[in-house]
Amino acid sequence: MEVLEMKDMEVIYEHPKTLIDINTHYCPGCTHGVAHRLIAEVIDEMGMKETTIGVASVGCSAFAYSYFNFDFVGAAHGRAPAMATGIKRVRPDRIVFTYQGDGDMMSIGTGEIVAAAGRGENITVIFLNNANFGMTGGQMAPTTLPGMKTSSSPNGRDVEQMGFPLRACELLASQDGASYIVRRSLHDPKNIRMAKKAIRIAFETQVRGLGFSMVELLSTCPTNWRLTPFKAAQWLEEKMIPYYPLGDIKVIPAISELKI
Amino acid sequence: MAKELWEGNQAFAEAAVRAGLKAYFGYPITPQTEALEYMSARMPELGRTFLQAESELAAINMVYGAACAGVRVMTSTSSPGTSLMMEGLSYIAGTEVPMVLVDVMRAGPGLGNIAPAQADYNQIVHGGGHGDYHPIVLAPASIQETVDTVYGIFDTVEKYKAIGIVLIDGSIGQMMEAVEMPPMLEVRKDYPDWSVKGGFGSDRRVLTSIHFNPADEEKANLRRMREWQEIEKSETRFKEYYMDGAEMAVVGFGLAGRIALSAVRAARADGLPVGLLRPISLSPFPSQAVRQVAQQVDNILVVEMNSGMMLEDVLKEAKGSANVEFYGRMGGIMPFPDEILSEIKRILAGTTRSDAHPREQWLKRMESIA
Repeated sequence: MEVLEMKDMEVIYEHPKTLIDINTHYCPGCTHGVAHRLIAEVIDEMGMKETTIGVASVGCSAFAYSYFNFDFVGAAHGRAPAMATGIKRVRPDRIVFTYQGDGDMMSIGTGEIVAAAGRGENITVIFLNNANFGMTGGQMAPTTLPGMKTSSSPNGRDVEQMGFPLRACELLASQDGASYIVRRSLHDPKNIRMAKKAIRIAFETQVRGLGFSMVELLSTCPTNWRLTPFKAAQWLEEKMIPYYPLGDIKVIPAISELKI
Repeated sequence: MAKELWEGNQAFAEAAVRAGLKAYFGYPITPQTEALEYMSARMPELGRTFLQAESELAAINMVYGAACAGVRVMTSTSSPGTSLMMEGLSYIAGTEVPMVLVDVMRAGPGLGNIAPAQADYNQIVHGGGHGDYHPIVLAPASIQETVDTVYGIFDTVEKYKAIGIVLIDGSIGQMMEAVEMPPMLEVRKDYPDWSVKGGFGSDRRVLTSIHFNPADEEKANLRRMREWQEIEKSETRFKEYYMDGAEMAVVGFGLAGRIALSAVRAARADGLPVGLLRPISLSPFPSQAVRQVAQQVDNILVVEMNSGMMLEDVLKEAKGSANVEFYGRMGGIMPFPDEILSEIKRILAGTTRSDAHPREQWLKRMESIA
């Protein structure tokens, strides 16, 4: 029998260098881990492991800095875009990104994210939307779908009382300062590949000094949705995508022309 | 360098520029806005960072980011803005990164008005933000002293990786005085070892205020409290005037202390044995100096432009040693020297001595204002 030695094999896929090889605290079936991996792969591929500074927010991803193998700071709830602005303005030669959830960015942090987009701040925002406050146990977020049951909307989100969900991409795309605003989903392999490409373009936008970039990633929260990981992915596809349509919401011409 | 006439807000902004300030983030609020306006022209002219934030919340968090990147950074605001910054200050304290805030106090609570006051004492000195931490708080009493204080405080905060707050009131911010500006320092080109700069693997830095394990948080808090003991030993500042042979002392900080000095001078001219203790570092508080003064004199009059916030800190040290009384004006009203002089004379006459809390006595005397 022929014995294949490791040295004879070509490495076509490996653990990203910028992702620490440990178990995360994320629940089984949660897509935070997928998002982390995509970011790490992109930073590896772009050769930015020694020039990137991440900004963690508050929520399940408050501990994101535990998993990325490069410099990180932890922001106050909702303030990550302001903190990232402070870093980027004094270190414009560095790549600065925030990693924020929907509770953080679209509830307490709307002021900071809208202002950062309006200024055309040359930072990248990775925005995970799982339609609830995950960390505190699944309360209603501004992104919670109409009728959706959460621990603080036990009878379902009543739009008469609690209003309608906020759509981050559409809101930010209306700002002249925003350059790259897209929505992707992490519910299946095809969409995950498209999400990675979008993350790559978002970072390329920053590297080229083309201004504010944000990738919204529709994400699952099986624990708080009370669904199995598989059912959660199905629920995302059936319920979330119709409300939060995938696609390029705003891409300025200089970015459309990028060849990667 | 020759003396020039400077407005207080612009003067402290220029002092910070000369201290090698790399970045300023702020938000307009009276009576501090001239500092922001000054920086908006001055910082870009020197190739440094200026950004008008969308709120004080954002401004302090921009400062937080820049401080984590290891540069000299500051913001300035006035009382309602300071309230908003408390969140950021707590996170900055928890992360242990150095930064400077100048708080140009106005009257409150709430919107209050834009006239000078000293009612941020409690929220600044005793910490408005959550958690166990102390900022270094300095309260100068003139524009020259403000300039020197702001110029020097960056070295202090960087030494301890602490928050430095320069507490002045709206009148110091808005008035003009002759000032000698300190020499211009260049912006530091290197970044401290602890700062985030883009580091991979073993060179990775994580700056956060989280200690998720309670035992770790307690350890961090204990360490900070021990460091604070060092700061108390080295950074306590105060000034005494006419204390030789004084049998009575006035204690006041910032502008109230300066107005009190006029009253003390007038009292001395009348042959009254009165001196002044002016705390400059409100945090760390000059407790030892207050204790010594309390042992020397029979009477202490605390004068503040608030309802007696520092009074409580003076009482803690002086109670039992000297009779402590209080005189304060609030709401944007400044005390006149002759008001303080009549308080001095009343106390020295000894006819109104009471065991009631000094604030109670003062409130009773203030009944004429209703």
